Amino acid sequence: MSDFKTLVKELNEVVIIETEGYLNNEGGQKVYDICIEKMNLGSRKFLINLTGTKVVNSIGVSILIEVIEKLQEVEGKLGYYNMAPIVEKTFHIMGLSKYSSLYKTEESALAEF
Amino acid sequence: MKSPTVELKLPILPNMELIATQTADIIANHMHLSEEQSGEISMALIEACINAFEHSKTENSIYIHFIVEENSMIIKVIDQGIGFDKSKVEIPKIENKIGNDERKRGWGLQLIQALMDSVEFESTNAGTTITMIKNK
Repeated sequence: MSDFKTLVKELNEVVIIETEGYLNNEGGQKVYDICIEKMNLGSRKFLINLTGTKVVNSIGVSILIEVIEKLQEVEGKLGYYNMAPIVEKTFHIMGLSKYSSLYKTEESALAEF
Repeated sequence: MKSPTVELKLPILPNMELIATQTADIIANHMHLSEEQSGEISMALIEACINAFEHSKTENSIYIHFIVEENSMIIKVIDQGIGFDKSKVEIPKIENKIGNDERKRGWGLQLIQALMDSVEFESTNAGTTITMIKNK
């Protein structure tokens, strides 16, 4: 019911993580682990394609705040696109939009990254 | 006439909150609520369930009552835990959470209050009931 899957690709030095499923604590941790692994290999720009994630909880999103924090230490950046309206609203309420970027599409995200 | 009510009993197991959101979706559809309203109810419900699971310090089940009124959906999330003092819950701010050791979690009540039209808390050392209302 809540299997969380990721697909990772890299495009023009941007790591794109496509997610599928419920972004809860386990999902958030999976995204965090991918980001840390790629950061250790030198990546600094990360986009999360949330097209397959229609449901989140605040614990999963809180782990993204840890990703933002880690990226700040290396002057990196994080963005998201293809967000369901309630996911986008949740990110705004929690303030993630102040420290990371929300885009409508991959094209608009890559244009600014 | 008594308002139609759907009652759920959820064991405290991982991701059981998603059963509550599926029920809420069906009721919201029955009430002709918008997709936006339905999403807000689901998100608030997830947070209320997680709070009940994590903070009630009980192994008992939690109970959710969905009451269908003519112009609103009333949702009660009931646990039999140790209760909490809402006045001691700090309003989280991301500015205070980034760049220091403060725990990143603790957003549940803020999200619930932002997403629902009315929220009330009744808490004693025998349990907590969160009553959330979404108007049509």
